[in-house]
Amino acid sequence: MSSDLPPPYTALTRHDMMPKASHDEAARFNFLTHFNRYVSGAIGAGNRLAYEKRVLPAFRAEHGRDPEHRYEIRDAMNQDAWHRMWSALKRNSMEMRQHNGRQIVLRQIEELNAKAKRYNDESGMLELDPSVEQPHYQTAVDIHCQPGGYHSEELPGDVTMGANYDVGLFATTGGALGGLNDGGGQAVVEWAKKERPDWQPKRILDIGCTVGHNAVPIALAYPDAEVIAIDTAGASLRYAAARAAAMGVTNIKFIQASGEDLSRWADGHFDWVQTTMFLHELSSKAMPKILAEANRVLAPGGLIFHIEQPQYSDEMPLFEQFMRDWDAFNNNEPFWSAMHGQDLKQVMVDAGFSRENQFTVGVRAVVDPEIFPPSPDEGEEDFGRAAIWNAYGAWKGGEQAVAA
Amino acid sequence: MSNEDFDWVAASGRRAKGKRPEYFEDPALDRLYSVVFALSAEVSALRERQDTVERLLEKNGSITRADIEAFVPTREEGDERALATKAYVSRIMRGFQQQLEAIEAEDPPIMEIVDRLAKS
Repeated sequence: MSSDLPPPYTALTRHDMMPKASHDEAARFNFLTHFNRYVSGAIGAGNRLAYEKRVLPAFRAEHGRDPEHRYEIRDAMNQDAWHRMWSALKRNSMEMRQHNGRQIVLRQIEELNAKAKRYNDESGMLELDPSVEQPHYQTAVDIHCQPGGYHSEELPGDVTMGANYDVGLFATTGGALGGLNDGGGQAVVEWAKKERPDWQPKRILDIGCTVGHNAVPIALAYPDAEVIAIDTAGASLRYAAARAAAMGVTNIKFIQASGEDLSRWADGHFDWVQTTMFLHELSSKAMPKILAEANRVLAPGGLIFHIEQPQYSDEMPLFEQFMRDWDAFNNNEPFWSAMHGQDLKQVMVDAGFSRENQFTVGVRAVVDPEIFPPSPDEGEEDFGRAAIWNAYGAWKGGEQAVAA
Repeated sequence: MSNEDFDWVAASGRRAKGKRPEYFEDPALDRLYSVVFALSAEVSALRERQDTVERLLEKNGSITRADIEAFVPTREEGDERALATKAYVSRIMRGFQQQLEAIEAEDPPIMEIVDRLAKS
């Protein structure tokens, strides 16, 4: 009976930079964890039922055909009473997660800022560059409905954005990302260690790292490597660097930079370029630019690896595409829909990664099974929120290339 | 930096940039959803706090507020509380869950059955 119960918020690992949640603040996240699981699990199936029982028949009656695009399903479902109620529930849960997280962070913001400054001054692992412009795809809307996005400040030089992201990720994902919210990074490490047990990359680049929760596991797994984690959002990096330092990590550096311009690094500088749940936060023009830059800075034989939700292919039913699109329109993920509609393999080819060197592989969050139960979606679909991903990767061709 | 004037309560409630979808014809219903579920979270938090108080009293006889803040449930206690929260969510969400069942069942209007029973 209890096997599918999510762990309590107190199961999170409390590293020194994690904002301290009071008893009741933790309890609010516990409610949201259960609520999120209920909305996507227990009553999530109502969307398909409403579609099959009434929305699709009405569409056929009106148009004399089936929907030909996920947007046609979206338009029809947005008129459906069930889907509207369900969407209102899910949107509210996102807003509550943000509000609760911000109350926790902002009531102790001075203490957090001072602590972050101390860590960052001492570690030397943070390099900010205020001349880096915030790209339009990061500022058009506040991504994930996080007020202020990932780049703004509540107080000059503060850590609000990163701290709020870290403190509430647990509730958003129903506890599926593990004690340090790092199940994605852990999954990347597990895959790489299994795929190439003897591989010892020396220089690793993580693009779009936010709070570094997925870059830190890589740094810890490859202690002899130098990890560079970049993001355009200095506000997130301040927290990221302090968080890593608080965890005792020393072989990582957080640098404010755009993936579109990696000119400070020479051709072939890195052995591994990583992005984790990042490509969908870009734009149609930015994504190929970043991938081309990634190709340039990657050494022959090096690895490029992207963790994402699956792309929409012709084989994926339109209804599933529509459900996976929900966050694009309801959770401020404006590139999500277009990005998942692209043929990522072709985009990678255009960026210089030959098709024969590319591969895709399924990975799921790696968490401590003693504390964290399996992702609640085992055997059922959670449409874009599950901690189960598709990885798109390539071993770059060239003289040192080894067949994958 | 001195932040004596920083109003963290007001700042926490800031909206996210980007037009919010309107889920219902009447905007009052959108507002009402926000209130109802925020209250639901508070009731859940209160129940959890009461559970903490009871457990600590049972164990120690008396407690301080600091004890409540420091309380971390064991795995077993965590599961008991999680089950209680799961059952609570199921109670407040009953209307949604039963409507889902109703969509699947496609019951005829009750008048049809009233008529049928009147005749057979």
